[in-house]
Amino acid sequence: MVTAKDIPGKNCISLILDDQPCLAAETVNHPEEPILLLAHADCRMLRKAVDAVSIEYEPLPPVHTMEESERQSTIIWGTDNAFKSYLVEKGDVEAVWKDAAHIVEGEYFTGAQEQLYIENNGVIAAFDPEDGVTVWGSLQCPYYVHKALMALCGLPEDKIRVVQMETGGAFGGKEEYPSMIAGHAALLSIKSQRPVKIVYDRMEDMVATTKRHPSRTRHRTAVSKDGQILGGEIEFTIDGGAYATLSSVVLSRGTIHAGGPYYWPSVRIRAKAVATNTPPHGAFRGFGAPQSLFAMERHMDHIAQVAGISPVEVRRRNFLKPGQTTTTEQTIREDIDLDHLLGRALELSDYAAKKARFAEENRSGMRKKGMGIAAFLHGAGFTGSGERYLNSLVGVEAGADGGVRVLVSSAEFGQGTNTVLCQIAAEALALPYEGVMIARPDTTVVPNSGPTVASRTAMIVGTLVQSAAQGIKQTLMKTGLLGDNYTPEQFRASCGQFIRTHGALKSYARYEAPGDVYWDDEKYRGEAYAAFAWAVYVAEVSVDLTTYAVTVDDFVALQEVGKVLHPVLAEGQITGGVAQAIGFALYEKVVWQNGRMINNQMTNYIMPTSADLPPIRVFFEQLGNVHGAHGAKGIGELPMDGPAPAIVNGVEDAIGVRFRSIPLLPEDVFEALQPEPPRQQGPSSTRGTT
Amino acid sequence: MNPSPGTGTKCQILFTVNGEARKVLAHPMERLLDVLRNDLALKGTKEGCGEGECGSCSVLLDGMLVNSCLVPVVQATGASIVTIEGMSAQALMIPLQEAFLECGGTQCGICTPGMILAAVHLLEKTPEPAPADIREGLAGNLCRCTGYQQIFEAVAMAARRMVRK
Amino acid sequence: MRADPAEFRLVSPGDLQVVLSLLASEPTEWLPIAGGTDLMVLYSAGKLPNRKLVNIWNIPELRQIEVFPDTIRIGAACTYTALRGHDDVSREFPLLAAAASWTGGIANQNRGTLGGNIANASPAADSLPALLVYDAEVTLISVRGNRRVAYRDFHQGYKQTALAADELIRDISLPRRFSGYVSHARKVGARNAQAISKVCLAALGIIANGAIRDARLALGSVAPIPLRLHETERSLAGKKIEPSLIGTVRQSVEREIRPIDDIRSTARYRAAVAANLVVEFLEKLATERTRA
Repeated sequence: MVTAKDIPGKNCISLILDDQPCLAAETVNHPEEPILLLAHADCRMLRKAVDAVSIEYEPLPPVHTMEESERQSTIIWGTDNAFKSYLVEKGDVEAVWKDAAHIVEGEYFTGAQEQLYIENNGVIAAFDPEDGVTVWGSLQCPYYVHKALMALCGLPEDKIRVVQMETGGAFGGKEEYPSMIAGHAALLSIKSQRPVKIVYDRMEDMVATTKRHPSRTRHRTAVSKDGQILGGEIEFTIDGGAYATLSSVVLSRGTIHAGGPYYWPSVRIRAKAVATNTPPHGAFRGFGAPQSLFAMERHMDHIAQVAGISPVEVRRRNFLKPGQTTTTEQTIREDIDLDHLLGRALELSDYAAKKARFAEENRSGMRKKGMGIAAFLHGAGFTGSGERYLNSLVGVEAGADGGVRVLVSSAEFGQGTNTVLCQIAAEALALPYEGVMIARPDTTVVPNSGPTVASRTAMIVGTLVQSAAQGIKQTLMKTGLLGDNYTPEQFRASCGQFIRTHGALKSYARYEAPGDVYWDDEKYRGEAYAAFAWAVYVAEVSVDLTTYAVTVDDFVALQEVGKVLHPVLAEGQITGGVAQAIGFALYEKVVWQNGRMINNQMTNYIMPTSADLPPIRVFFEQLGNVHGAHGAKGIGELPMDGPAPAIVNGVEDAIGVRFRSIPLLPEDVFEALQPEPPRQQGPSSTRGTT
Repeated sequence: MNPSPGTGTKCQILFTVNGEARKVLAHPMERLLDVLRNDLALKGTKEGCGEGECGSCSVLLDGMLVNSCLVPVVQATGASIVTIEGMSAQALMIPLQEAFLECGGTQCGICTPGMILAAVHLLEKTPEPAPADIREGLAGNLCRCTGYQQIFEAVAMAARRMVRK
Repeated sequence: MRADPAEFRLVSPGDLQVVLSLLASEPTEWLPIAGGTDLMVLYSAGKLPNRKLVNIWNIPELRQIEVFPDTIRIGAACTYTALRGHDDVSREFPLLAAAASWTGGIANQNRGTLGGNIANASPAADSLPALLVYDAEVTLISVRGNRRVAYRDFHQGYKQTALAADELIRDISLPRRFSGYVSHARKVGARNAQAISKVCLAALGIIANGAIRDARLALGSVAPIPLRLHETERSLAGKKIEPSLIGTVRQSVEREIRPIDDIRSTARYRAAVAANLVVEFLEKLATERTRA
């Protein structure tokens, strides 16, 4: 039995701030907060042990919504319930209103979303007085867990070993939470002096672990009479839950993406992550961008209506062009042509013809059809100076038999990391793909190449793998063991010779920030990302007026992600991301009751099955880019950003209702079509239409 | 078998697993899933939800696709069970495996054992499935990575290759 | 897995009479288990109240589908797969075959049984509205003998049934007199597969001389039990399907049902969709008539 008193080190889950305790000592700040750990050799005895524990709570006033948190009548975190706020200011926003032909306002909401990896969180921890703590687990970021366990166990670096095992899906859901469950297993193992396994069941996993941050975005935009954005104000707020965890960085990405792929001559973005008494919200594919981009892309359709132009035209007139600057005043140096992307997406989706046909057909019948567009961007890698702080290190080693091994802490959990990194190393060494292996991410074996997040692996880690692999080649060439043009056999022979003479053959590469990159953390200004991926998605939807259900009938996903390293894996990232985003838009609703998810089962938290998804047609355009291994940019998160606004834009096209909130469930469509308001509002209803 | 063993009594259960006769001593209400994983060390059968929603624990029980989390082990007495580990002996496995690889039908892999068994169950009954048959046949198996499309393509490809043979 | 198997008994006599004696010996103690698609979910969640279970999956007489001149008799432990795959059932009782195809995925259809769906008594069960409109009869069996209960009298309240503690459902009989009817089945769930109904409709109708001769309507998930819409049916008898009728029918459906707000949907939504489904059925009936 372990309580906070048994913690040898600091009682926290060390991440950005150390505010989240590993075990609550005096106060619980959300309903699922751990207090007491129990372990038994026969896990089936544990239910009885749990039944024998009683905890008396003295209730304190809770805060369950962003609005309550902002009112600050009850303070539950810090001095003002705010984990973090940012202010982005470009140009003189105050000057734009007077010249505006239209001032367009809108408020948009997105809900929490569960990652719903099919394998729940699970770890095994073992303690040895000599070697310290070893943890094997289903996780994304071995070095996050490593850092957290050092603090918690009060042990030095070399007494903590973290090994990532085959991980059955993650999507961000195993970015920060594994530090919690690993901490619990480690504490139990230290106390019991035995290995301890913890595997959550589905109900535990859904109720207690992180979800996508719910968000609210307010836009107030000055628009010229021909539909050009003159400037505007954006207020972006996310619900962080009870502890800071990653909210500040999720907020950061959401803030930087809030202006979409458009040129804003001036803008003011105020962003805030607020505390509520729910389990902390956390990383989930897209990381704040799907939230603020949902708002931006819905708002663009609204601007189009007010300005009396089409959704296509409003985007054309506002797209960022090379040489222009983003909201953080990052100059677009990539040779991006969004107009061309849009044109191509419209062509691939047969947009114009279908839109016209649906407008005609929608005059009768119970099935109304519509077309929706979303244009967006996604920054690859860590935000701003993040990559500089990470200071990632990558290794490549060759054995005496010429076998090459890539040493990275970047984890495979379905994205194809292992394949792509081996492919990059093989190409750099002019070896067949089969000649390169990747080491299991084990902190005693691999250097810290940073966390496996933020669409950074192929681009940032891939580039480092490429240069580390080239390092091996150069070493062999410098020692005269290898010539310019070599065969795999000659490579093998030279490795053997080198190792016999000089010992181990290893090469490391460390991240070096490009010299010309400028980022100001204080003013939130400068080069936010080394590269952006760009996309235009088109959704064909139908609304069934018998059931009020929205179905996506066809989906075109066109993107520019630089060089596509592995077409099959890249397509899989896009189809999978689009599917998750369709869930985000139309199916997946977390039902909250007093800060607790009450539909924490796969039966009543609804993710799409194979019978619910449209054909997802994936296309890549390559417009030339200088970043990344062989010119690859990040790809993993991009497809999460666009589908929700494209779909809801399509719904508006079909039935003329301006929905501002997702998930958009049949019940919401129904209510919006009723002449009279509902008899009573739902408990946490912030949704609505205008 | 003793018709009325008392609470807490384990019983001996005989069945065939992947073509081999096996004997286990288990509580009758033990889930087939747990017996496969814990008593027989067949870890290829996965638990995703424990309530028959996700299909990760799919196995073939006398040729029928079932969720092994919902089968009390006593009901498998005398049955023939095929798990993913037993698939290597099946003619369908090679084309399915190749097609899953070629089409990107597997990402994280956790749903794959169940998907393969669902696909086998489908193709044995419907060797030339229409797209709608594939959708329906796999609808009880949730995948969070792929969006299913590459899995459909893989199953269709395997079916075409089998029929051609 | 939140249950401890050591605390449960599961006996498997493989013989109907032994099962019945067991049920009679300690009434209310023993819970029959067939395909386990409902009970095992409760069990794993640690929510199954019973500690003693008796296996009825391996009893051959409960797994048969028998076709007689006037009825089809379906063994209680017949699976949805068996129902879907049975030619006579599919042809003459399409509403039941459709309901079977909606239930869970293929793996659950291979294990879920019609008798289990009835005994479990969920108001959201997909097969039950079909049984209502087909005038199904349920045979209950115990050591005391057999008795037949009209299915409409079987479900008496939320999760309450006519089943005595020592009884087992043996079979379900369907009279073979609905093949001339136009039928319409629709399930509205949160997704297209693996979903629990928010509303589901089973409807039969027949037109004579341009007017509705007989309409039979039943809905799931709109009341504590699967509901037959007798009032609405009466209001339809003898009427022509015209726009004016649609409005009346809508009101009548909404008057008859008693939907609630729950984790899956809202009462308002259920009421509106229930009415829409009935209207959709009437429109289909009207089209079939013009085609005929």
